Amino acid sequence: MKTDITLTINGDAVREAVEPRTSLADLLRDNLQLTGTHLGCEMGACGACLVMLDGAPVHACLVLAVQASGHKVETIEGLNERGLIKDLQEKFHDRNALQCGFCTNGMLMSAQALLLDNPTPSRPEIREALSGNYCRCTGYEAIVDAISATAKMRSGQAGEAS
Amino acid sequence: MKSPAFEYIRAESVAGAMSAYAAAGDDVVYLAGGHSVVPSLALRLQAPALMIDLSEIAALSGISFQDGWLRIGAMTRHVQAINDPLIAAQAPLFAAAAPFVAHPAIRNRGTLGGSLAHADPASEFPAAAVAMRVELEIASPKGTRRVPADEFFLDIYETAIEPGEILLAIHVPSPVAGQVIGFDEIVRRQGDYAMVGAAVQAVAKDGVLEDISIALFSVGNRPTRAVAAQAALMGRVIDDASIADAKAALGDDLDPPDDLQFPATMRLHLARVLLGRILANLEAVA
Repeated sequence: MKTDITLTINGDAVREAVEPRTSLADLLRDNLQLTGTHLGCEMGACGACLVMLDGAPVHACLVLAVQASGHKVETIEGLNERGLIKDLQEKFHDRNALQCGFCTNGMLMSAQALLLDNPTPSRPEIREALSGNYCRCTGYEAIVDAISATAKMRSGQAGEAS
Repeated sequence: MKSPAFEYIRAESVAGAMSAYAAAGDDVVYLAGGHSVVPSLALRLQAPALMIDLSEIAALSGISFQDGWLRIGAMTRHVQAINDPLIAAQAPLFAAAAPFVAHPAIRNRGTLGGSLAHADPASEFPAAAVAMRVELEIASPKGTRRVPADEFFLDIYETAIEPGEILLAIHVPSPVAGQVIGFDEIVRRQGDYAMVGAAVQAVAKDGVLEDISIALFSVGNRPTRAVAAQAALMGRVIDDASIADAKAALGDDLDPPDDLQFPATMRLHLARVLLGRILANLEAVA
């Protein structure tokens, strides 16, 4: 039986009727065509589906859409359209921190959450923050470079990462 | 993979959740953070008819200090164990264990109560709970009761919580003067399940151990108190000799299984290496 839910997604009030088994990721992708939230493992290991739930990154594949009712969700589309991660995106581009791009949206979620929480992370802290994000093609070094460079730029230090 | 279909109720109170459970029969799963339950559904390891969501019940949240015990609401998220100053001061092994649990996004959602009630023998918080000698407050339709951690974990995924009952809170006794702690694990990749892990709490007076509490995980079907190793350390200073005796005594405490990863002898060896490492670090602060 479908359940009515209301939630805020990227600032918009959304009302949907969903089956309880529908994950937040499937709600975003299938019902709302917000396909920037990717599905990889669908068991909380790969991090491709990360979204902000009430401001903290969570796996959209492990949150039931019904659980998100009454809460605020921000997807990669929201962060992108509000321009909040423009600098991160540019540094990912500059550093070749992606190849196929499948993991990138989740990486950006983790990176944005990290930088809001800790504006000057060390490289080990960046790696810890990314420990739940799999990348299967470019490797992690360039991604750490891009996040480190963004941190330095945001905190007013030289734009180039060491 | 997708979960099988189920009905869903968002409970507003503990009593409401328990009566919904009673009305539905046994084919029910309580949902806390969902970060163990939802993957198990996706993997089709279980397929309940009804899911009762506990996450919006106010009585399950909150961290407070009462009568020498820290009361941690079952719905407390893993990330709060890292950030909360009361937990850091009064339940330091939870704070020490939390960074080892999975990854940041999992820790934003997973709950302490969910982890303890799930009782995965490879998970960190149950061993920390045993080492800290916490008491688990469980609600049943007949009233609430408190169960010591040593009696709470019964078997793999099995606890003293009876069907339909709800874990309300974790009660942690206040640290005493001279208390030191150690927590570590041996793992192939950060955030994965440990090959072996241990939580240690000790009280040292003038360098001599008056009390020591050791729990290991990923060594059997539940978090395992190392009774013989504790006895080997009692009344002694932490030094090479006492550490060697404790490591030797672990052979009486553990009977790990052979598994697909490696043989039992290797797991016992790793447990001894890890305990020795933690005790050597304790020596520096005791």
